[in-house]
Amino acid sequence: MSRTIVPDTIARQPWGMLVPLMGLVSLGAAVLYSAAGGSLQPYALSHVLRFIVFLGMAIVISRFSRDFFRTVAYPLYGAIVILLVLVEAIGAVGGGSQRWLNLGFMTLQPSELMKPAIVLVLARFYETLPHAMTASWRGLVPAGLLIVLPVAFVAIQPDLGTALAICFGGAVTMFLAGLPMWWFVGAGLSGLIAGPIAFFTLLHDYQRNRVLTFMDPESDPLGTGYHITQSKIAIGSGGIFGKGFGNGSQSHLQYLPEPHTDFVFATMAEEWGMVGGYFVLFVFAVVLTWGTRVARNAPDRFSSLLAAGMTATIFFYVAINLMMVMGLAPVVGIPLPFMSHGGTSMMTNMICIGTLMAINRWSSRPKSIS
Amino acid sequence: MKINFRRLIQPRHVSAGTLRNSFDRRSLVVGGIQGGIGVLLASRMAYLAIGQNEKYKLEAESNRVNLSLIPPRRGWILDRFGTPLASNRADFRVDVIPERMVDSAHTLATLGQLLSLTPIAMQDLEDKIDKSRGFAPVEVASGLDFERFAAVSVRLPDLPGVVTQRGFSRYYPTGSSVGHLVGYVGPASAEEYEKDRDPVLITPGYKVGKDGLEKYFEKDLRGKPGARRVEVTASGRIVRDLDTREDVPGKTIKLTIDAGLQDYASRRIGLESGSVVVIDCTNGDILAMASMPSYDPNSFSDGIGRLEWKMLSDDDHVPLRNKVLRGLYPPGSTVKPMVALSFLEAGLDPNESVVCNGGLRVGNRVFHCWNHHGHGQVNMLKGIYQSCDVYFYNFAQRMGMDPIAAMARRLGLGQEFPLPVSGQSYGTVPDPAWKERKYGKPWAVFDTVNATIGQGYFLVNPLQQAMQVSRIASGKKLMPRLIHGAHDAPPESLGVKQEHLDLIHSAMNEVVNGRGTAGKARIPIPGVLMAGKTGTAQVVGLNFGNGKGGQWKHRDHGHFICFAPFDNPRYAIAVAIEHGGGSGAAYPIARDVMTYLWDKQKAMEVLEGFEKDWGGTAQQRLEARYRKYATEYGVGAPAVSPEQENLAVQQAESTAEAQQPIVRDAQSPAPEPVAADNPAPPPSPAPAASPSAAAGTVQTPGTPQ
Repeated sequence: MSRTIVPDTIARQPWGMLVPLMGLVSLGAAVLYSAAGGSLQPYALSHVLRFIVFLGMAIVISRFSRDFFRTVAYPLYGAIVILLVLVEAIGAVGGGSQRWLNLGFMTLQPSELMKPAIVLVLARFYETLPHAMTASWRGLVPAGLLIVLPVAFVAIQPDLGTALAICFGGAVTMFLAGLPMWWFVGAGLSGLIAGPIAFFTLLHDYQRNRVLTFMDPESDPLGTGYHITQSKIAIGSGGIFGKGFGNGSQSHLQYLPEPHTDFVFATMAEEWGMVGGYFVLFVFAVVLTWGTRVARNAPDRFSSLLAAGMTATIFFYVAINLMMVMGLAPVVGIPLPFMSHGGTSMMTNMICIGTLMAINRWSSRPKSIS
Repeated sequence: MKINFRRLIQPRHVSAGTLRNSFDRRSLVVGGIQGGIGVLLASRMAYLAIGQNEKYKLEAESNRVNLSLIPPRRGWILDRFGTPLASNRADFRVDVIPERMVDSAHTLATLGQLLSLTPIAMQDLEDKIDKSRGFAPVEVASGLDFERFAAVSVRLPDLPGVVTQRGFSRYYPTGSSVGHLVGYVGPASAEEYEKDRDPVLITPGYKVGKDGLEKYFEKDLRGKPGARRVEVTASGRIVRDLDTREDVPGKTIKLTIDAGLQDYASRRIGLESGSVVVIDCTNGDILAMASMPSYDPNSFSDGIGRLEWKMLSDDDHVPLRNKVLRGLYPPGSTVKPMVALSFLEAGLDPNESVVCNGGLRVGNRVFHCWNHHGHGQVNMLKGIYQSCDVYFYNFAQRMGMDPIAAMARRLGLGQEFPLPVSGQSYGTVPDPAWKERKYGKPWAVFDTVNATIGQGYFLVNPLQQAMQVSRIASGKKLMPRLIHGAHDAPPESLGVKQEHLDLIHSAMNEVVNGRGTAGKARIPIPGVLMAGKTGTAQVVGLNFGNGKGGQWKHRDHGHFICFAPFDNPRYAIAVAIEHGGGSGAAYPIARDVMTYLWDKQKAMEVLEGFEKDWGGTAQQRLEARYRKYATEYGVGAPAVSPEQENLAVQQAESTAEAQQPIVRDAQSPAPEPVAADNPAPPPSPAPAASPSAAAGTVQTPGTPQ
C-alpha cells in the first residue's frame, strides 16, 4: 500500500470507470440543457442532482456486506412483487394503464426495481442450489417461476420494454449459472416458433404496429414510423462533428419525439455528431468491460453471477435504446442509461453500479477476510 | 438409429469447478456478444452520420424550412388619366386547402363561427370545396377585419388545412361599370392549372383573370411571386422568418378609357339593356365601352355563388353578355349615311330626288316607307334627315348592292378589330356573293331593299357602329384602340372626298339640329352642335305588334350614332338599346353622354335626376337586388353544375348564328320616333328608359323644337 494524501476509502473507488461515467453524465446534462432550449430547467439540473444523489446511494450500497445482499435477496424480491400487484390493483381502480406508485415524495416504478432484483434473487438461488442439481429441473423450474411471476405483472401493465429487460437479466444470469447449453438452444428455437404466434395473439395493437413499423419505417412516415425516421434524420444530419451545441433543429423544432428521454441519443448526435456518439459508446464500453471484469474476478459464485447479471441489465438498456434510435430495433420505451432524463432509470442503473462497486470491494479485500 | 437418450437426459457431473469454468467461458461469450453489438452500433452510427449524411441533412432541412409563395400583386389597370379601374386592396383573408383538412365538417363549422359567415356563404363555401381539386386552395373569406382574422390565426394549430394570409385582393372601384370591359379574377380552375403549371396558380390567395382584359393580359398582369422561407416546428408553428423575397408586381396596363365617362355611360343606360361606345375621332381611342346590365366583378372574385347565378340566369337582359362586342343587331336606319356615301362615290347627284308617297312599287310589290303618309319630294339630304326609306329603295336598285357592301366594309361594318378582348361577334354585311356562298340562293331585289334600311341579313355590333360613325366623322380609317400610348401610325385617309363627307355631316346635323328625326338629341352646350342618325331595328314582324309596346322581347332595338362638333368632329358615339322600342330609347343616352364630354356637371345633374327614379346607381341597384334575393331565397337557390355555368356563358356569347333566319321577303321598316301617327311607347319593363322618348314621338317632321 503506497502512502498517498488521498484517503484510502476514496482511493479504493474504481475511478477508471467512475471518471468516464461522470463524463457521460455531464454530456447528458449538456444535451438536456440544449433540449430544454438552453436552460438548466427542467432537465439538466435535476439530471445532475439525481446523479449525485444516486452516486451517494451507490457508494452506500457498495459498503454493504455480501451477507447483507444474501439476506435481503428474497425479502426484497417478495416486496417488489407485492408492489407490482399493488400497482396493478390501483391501476385497475383508477382505470387505464398504471406503472407508477405515488409515494408522496416521489413516484416509484416498481417494475424498474425488479430489473436488479431479479438478478439478485437468481444469484442467490443458484448459490444455494446444490451444484449437482444445476443441470436438473430443479435448477430450471424455480428460477423460471421467479422470472415469470414479475414479468407477467409487468407485461399486463403493459410495459413490453421492461418485461423484456427483466427476462433478459434473468436469462443471462441463468446462462452464466451453467445451465445446460442445449436448454438455451431449445428455448431459442421454440422462441422462434412461438414469437410469431405471440406477435399475432398476445401483443397489443400499438405494440404490433411498432414492430411492423420497425420493419419498414417509411411505410407510414407520419404515423408510427415517424419516430424512427425523425431519429435517423437527427443522427444522420449531425454528420461527423454535429451541428454544434444548441443548434439541433430536429430536437428544438420538435420533430424528434421525446428528445430528452428515449431519443436523447439522437438529440445528442445531432449536435455533437459521430464524435459525440463514439464518446458515448466508449464510455459504455468502459463501464461494461469493468462490470465484466468485476464479475470474472468475483470471489464466489453469488457475487460473480450478481455482477454479470447487473452488467447485462445495464447492457440491455444501452443496446436496445441505441439500436432503436438508429433504426435497428422497434420502438420500445427504454431510456438510455445516464443520459436520458428520468429518475427511476437513473436509480436502477446506479443500483447496478453500486452493486458492482460492492462486489469489486469484496474481491479486492484480502482473501483472509472473506 | 439408436439415440442415446440417457446421454441427453442424464445430467453431466457438475461440481463447483465445472461451474466456475462454465462461468468463465460463458461470460466471455456474453462479453463477446456485447462487444459485437457495440461494433454493430458503431458502424451503424458511421453509416448514418457519414454515408447518409447528405440525405439526412437535406431531410432535416426540409423539415425545418417551410417555403411559402407570396402571391404577386396584380398589375393595375388604369384609365387614360391614371385613375385605377382595377387596383389591389390590402386584405386579410382565410383559405382552406381541402386535402389537408382532417375533420372538414368540424373545421368548416369552426371557421363559420369564427368568421360569422352567413348560411348562404357557408353553402357557397361547401359548393366550392365539393368542386375543387383537393390541393387547390379554396377561399373562405377575404376582406376581413383584423379581429376576425386574428381569431382564426390563433387557432391555426387546431385547424389543419386552414391558411390565413395578409395579402392583396383585386378591387374594382367602379364595380359593375367596368365589369365587361375589365373582366374579373378568380381562383384558377383545375383546367387552367393543367394548361399553365405555374405553381403560383395554386398559391392561396392567387387569382387569375377570368374574363375581359384581366384574362387577355393575364401574363402581363401576373408578376412574379415572392417567397418566404420560415422555420417551422413539427406542428407547423412558425418560429422565425429566415428570408423573404419580395414579389414583383405585375405590369400596369393603361387604357384609352376615360374612367369617369365609362362610369357615366354605364349608369346612364339605366334600366335598359344596351351599350354605349365612345370613340375619339382623332385617333380611334375607345373612351368608353359600356355594356349594361353587368355584374359586379368585386363579388365574382371569390367565385360565383348560387344566389349570384340565380340572379344572372333570372335576368332576361343577359348580364353576362358584353353587348359591345357580342351583341349583334340589325343596324336599321343608322346605315343610311353610309349608303348615301356609297351613292355619292358611285356618282349619284345628291340633288336628284324622288317623290315619296309612303311606298314604292317595284314590280308587283309595294315597299313601304316608315312614314306611310309619305315625305313628298326627297333628295339625299332629306332622305337622311327624314330617314326616308323610299329614297333609298329607289336609288339602291339603280346602284346595286355591291358598292353599298363595299362602303359598309370600308367603314368597319362586318369587321373584327384587333383588340385585346376575349372575343367579338362581327356580324354580317350582306352582298350577292355572300348570300350565294351562305345559302346558295341568288340575291333578290328585296334583299337590296332590306339592306339599304339596315334590315334583312345586316347584323352589326355596337363597336362597329361606333367605328362607322367615327370614320364618317373623321374621314380617316380609324382603328379602335384600347391600350393607351400605342404608337400606331397616324390613321390614313378613307379616300372619300371631303365634299361628300361634308354633305353627309350636314345631313346628320340636320337630324339633330334641323328638321330631322332626333330633335330632342340636341346637346345643351353652346357652340357645339352634334350630328347623328337614328335607327330602329325590327325584332319581329309587324304581325307580332308594332314594336313599341307589348312583350319586351318583341320590341324594336333602338340605335343612335352621332358625333360632335359636327363641323370639326372630336368624339363619336354609338348607342344600342336592346328592345328599347325604337331609337327614342337610344338618342337621349347619346345626348347625355356627349354632354358629359363637355360639361360633366350638367350631365351629372341629369343622370342624378334619373337615378332617383331608378332606385340608385347601377351598383346600388345590383346590391339591392342581391339583398332581395338573399331574403327571398336564402340557401334555397339550386346548385349550379360546371356544365350549366359553361352553357350560360356560351349562350351569352353566341349571338351570331341564331339571329339570322333566311329572309324571304321585304321587311317593313320600323317607324321612326318622330312619326306623327306613332303612339308613344309604353314604359319599358323597367321604367321608361328616357322620359324624352315619349315626348319625342309627337314631334312633327321638320319642326325641331
